[in-house]
Amino acid sequence: MPKQRLLKRLLSFTRPYLPYLFLALILAVISVSLSLYAPVLTGRAVDLVIAKGQVNFSALKSLLTTLGFVVAITAFSQWLMGLCSNKITYLTVRDIRLKAFERLQKVPLRFIDSNAHGDILSRVIVDAEQVADGLLMGFTQLFTGVVTIFGTIGFMLAINVKITLLVVFVTPLSLFVANFIARRTFNLFKLQSETRGEMSAMVEETIGNMKVVKAFGREPEAIRQFEEINERLRVCGIKALFFSSVTNPCTRFVNGVVYTLVGIVGALTAVTGLLSVGQLSCFLSYANQYTKPFNEISGVIAELQSALASAKRLFEIIDAEPETPDSPDAAVLTRADGSVVLDRVSFSYVPEIKLIEDLSLSVRPGQKIAIVGRTGCGKTTLINLLMRFYDVNAGQIIVSNKKVTDLTRDSLRASFGMVLQDTWLKAGSVRDNIAYGRPNASEYEIAGAAVAAHADSFIKRLPDGYDTQIAEDGGNLSQGQKQLLCIARAMLSLPSMLILDEATSSIDTRTEIYVQKAFDDMMRGRTSFIVAHRLSTIRRADLILVMDSGRIVERGTHEELLARKGFYADLYNSQFAI
Amino acid sequence: MFKLVRFLKDYKKECAIGPLFKFLEACFELLVPLVMAGIIDTGIKNADTIYIYKMGGLMVFLGVLGLVCSLTAQYFAAKASMGFGTALRSALFNHVSRLSYSELDEIGTPSLITRLTGDINQAQTGVNLVLRLFLRSPFIVIGAVIMAFFVDVKLAVIFLIATPLIGAVIYFVMSATVPCYQKIQATLDRISLLTRENLAGVRVIRAFSKQNEEIRTFGTTCGVLMNEQLWAGKIAALLNPATYVVVNAAVIAIVWGGGFQVNEGRLTQGEVIALVNYMSQILLALVALANLIIAFTKASACAVRINEVFDISPGLAESQQPVCVFTDAPRVVFDDVSFSYKKAEEEALSHISFSVPAGSVVGIIGGTGAGKTTLVNLMARFYDVTKGRVLIDGVDVKKYPFAELHRKIGIVPQKAVLFKGTLRENLCWGKKDATDEEIEQALKIAQGWEFVVSKPDRLETMITQGAKNLSGGQRQRLTIARALVGRPEILILDDSASALDFATDAALRKALKKETTGMTVFLVSQRVSTLKNADFIIVLDDGKTVGIGQHDELFESCSVYREICLSQLEKEEV
Repeated sequence: MPKQRLLKRLLSFTRPYLPYLFLALILAVISVSLSLYAPVLTGRAVDLVIAKGQVNFSALKSLLTTLGFVVAITAFSQWLMGLCSNKITYLTVRDIRLKAFERLQKVPLRFIDSNAHGDILSRVIVDAEQVADGLLMGFTQLFTGVVTIFGTIGFMLAINVKITLLVVFVTPLSLFVANFIARRTFNLFKLQSETRGEMSAMVEETIGNMKVVKAFGREPEAIRQFEEINERLRVCGIKALFFSSVTNPCTRFVNGVVYTLVGIVGALTAVTGLLSVGQLSCFLSYANQYTKPFNEISGVIAELQSALASAKRLFEIIDAEPETPDSPDAAVLTRADGSVVLDRVSFSYVPEIKLIEDLSLSVRPGQKIAIVGRTGCGKTTLINLLMRFYDVNAGQIIVSNKKVTDLTRDSLRASFGMVLQDTWLKAGSVRDNIAYGRPNASEYEIAGAAVAAHADSFIKRLPDGYDTQIAEDGGNLSQGQKQLLCIARAMLSLPSMLILDEATSSIDTRTEIYVQKAFDDMMRGRTSFIVAHRLSTIRRADLILVMDSGRIVERGTHEELLARKGFYADLYNSQFAI
Repeated sequence: MFKLVRFLKDYKKECAIGPLFKFLEACFELLVPLVMAGIIDTGIKNADTIYIYKMGGLMVFLGVLGLVCSLTAQYFAAKASMGFGTALRSALFNHVSRLSYSELDEIGTPSLITRLTGDINQAQTGVNLVLRLFLRSPFIVIGAVIMAFFVDVKLAVIFLIATPLIGAVIYFVMSATVPCYQKIQATLDRISLLTRENLAGVRVIRAFSKQNEEIRTFGTTCGVLMNEQLWAGKIAALLNPATYVVVNAAVIAIVWGGGFQVNEGRLTQGEVIALVNYMSQILLALVALANLIIAFTKASACAVRINEVFDISPGLAESQQPVCVFTDAPRVVFDDVSFSYKKAEEEALSHISFSVPAGSVVGIIGGTGAGKTTLVNLMARFYDVTKGRVLIDGVDVKKYPFAELHRKIGIVPQKAVLFKGTLRENLCWGKKDATDEEIEQALKIAQGWEFVVSKPDRLETMITQGAKNLSGGQRQRLTIARALVGRPEILILDDSASALDFATDAALRKALKKETTGMTVFLVSQRVSTLKNADFIIVLDDGKTVGIGQHDELFESCSVYREICLSQLEKEEV
């Protein structure tokens, strides 16, 4: 998206707050012109204070009173303007952020699976803040900066054309100097940030894995490597730091020269009587502040550019294609009978790599289907299709004799109970987590689900029982306990079909037994699809689907598959042979 | 922050020269309004153009001097602060690499990383700012006030009132906004948590059709953030108008009071202008000072975090004496060992005793948190035992120099970590001068030779940061090979086959048995199938040994072991 359109789009988000924008503009004009008028008044006041016995007190008094009012109004409108631009900025950014989040809830899972979560997160958090900073600076400094530049020129012209031209033409020198230095230092900065990046990477690798480094006694090598980067950082750091800190004194020097020139030319003009001393002092203060908005504007432009880059990254989320909506006449699946039919289903994540091709499968209510295979062979693909997280490329899935595409997604998903190996819990109380699917469930029902999931006893032993707060991602619970809570969560909604993903390892023995029992209880009488790792589960399944690199390579019961002496038999034997 | 001053000791000269030149620059800057006053009072009044040119020349000269001084100051400040950062980084890195596991656990590595990078950079910036500005800003403020006294004592009283007032306004606004910004940060963290949670839990959220509710929660939190931002903005927006009012009130007072003084001939017109100019110099300097104080506060907070690390002393003392081993002693002996982690109330291991003859294969099994990893870590002396003794070849591990111990023990940690560099570099960690044959053999045992050979650059293949260009299984096989290259007497595999499929796992165990005769192998695992055939198995439960023996006898006698087996295998298989 070209920058202008990006900016336009960003500004279109401020549309609901246009009144504030206008108000801010008006206030900017008021406060800037008044603040420019103040030196004029000061100058006139100085002109009334000429020498011994030549002071016009009554005129001075009224002038200074006016100045007082001007200052008061300036300050007040400055403050109001600040409030207005705050309001526009923060309201706008909230809207953008919320819009991005809303879209994230509507995009197909493919979007979330294929983008790094850290990246999406940083867009919603860091980029949105960057946009806020850019907008705020834009509204406050860009407005006032532009008004100040034109206002200053106008006021100066009104006093003396010659000196004005001098200021207007000499001042940009300091901008050139700043620009010149900035261009020179760019490469130094690049080198510095590259070296810094190198160092962080090294530190992250070494310190992050200090235990391994120590296990092999590699500390001396690590230190040597670190010292080498550290020294390079020092050398390029000094240069970058020095040259970047040169800008300020240099521009200050140029400004000093301008100030002096105005002083000399002004004094010479004053000698001829064409300029009063007060006007000279007024000019001097203009000369002092004339460069400030230029520097500020270049700062604002840099900030706005990075804000635009951030806005672009946010818009990419906002513009992401949402899931195809449910068809308007989609039926609500109320009581699923538990039958599932896959009719010549084909699916692949990327067109080049074919995964499921022409798969047909008919599951009667209450049957157990085990999906087995090595780690990373794509066992979860089937879950994705059943839950309609992804849509099939060809063929169809039929649940309770209805095509899933003719059902609302919500009702389809609600008729499946899902317990994944990656146990996700919300930060919140244990109770809220169990009742996640049915927030209005009664205390009795919640406890009932927990008992059925064999989770009740450990929950009662937690410090606050059902009110215990769970940290982000269940950090304060063991893996097994988290899984029990997920089971309880699924139990509460009593679905007629189940999707289960057994944990491979990392569960302590005792809890493991409970999880096993809970799974068994839950599966009774329900159609279940289980990503299975346990032999007992596999052997009890009505049908085993054996998967390898994303495809279903064999299907049948345990005995049938063993007799076939194929892939499954290999897998089975390798697990239990020495 | 002051504790860290020692890292500036090589830069004493720079630390003196920098501020000194800044100070000189400030002096020149303070003279400018006086020269200007001269131009007005003498030059214009007497229509003395030569005087005007002369004074103008003087001002440019002062400007040049100021520029030279300030460039000098910047250079030395840059040199000193970078030198400070470098020395500090190096000292901290050295310190961290001396810490033992127990201290590393205490601080946590992510926190160490931010301290080494972000915090030190912040402290370095702080030093640079202090060297550049700390003398300048206060000096300009005080100098301007003194100059005002020099010009006119009565009017200088206005400065004495206005300056603290401006300072107070700046202080009030800043101290009022700091807690607001902390609150904003906390809310932002909450928004970040919500987003993370929604990304990680997207399947569950959609399975329960909770999207709209999540949007509502997120919207409410964003609203809270917005209100906090607006409130902070309201206060922050006060700063400029308020200082503007104070400065201009002072200017009005100066001109009004100046009027009386001029009328009585005690003051000239040019001097009134000079006083007005001093007032605006004070404002600029105070604003710079306020920013400096903020930067310094930040740097101090970082310095505290850095010092916390320095205050932790390495917990393990290394013995420098060479040891003489007993050849007839068992290879590894645990003699009534108990261990508890720092700050933990309960023992992670209690009263563990066993003895392992050289060349045996030992299995260690137990649930999560049973103490398996702790046990092998004690063998390699990553932690010191709380009670009891660990002996290797009949000698207490505390008596070994670290290098000697590392040579004896090859360890394959749970997390398969490789480092940026070539495959060869990574594999030679245990033995720097390993030959190609040694590497090849280690890779073959670890079942990694095939995939290494399939790479075009073979051993010179570059491994990227975090070894992202390798699969989990490949990484794990390489870490096993890395431990094998040095041909250690004791090999510890800490749940190191979890990313391998069953077939590779089995092949690995077969190769280990065949190729490593004489090597004592410890297999830590949760899979019964992995260590079923070990010479003996140690069953841990909650930090205690609940059984030691072979598979069959343990299955009969040890209930915990039986439970584990039953949950993994069917009865008839066992």
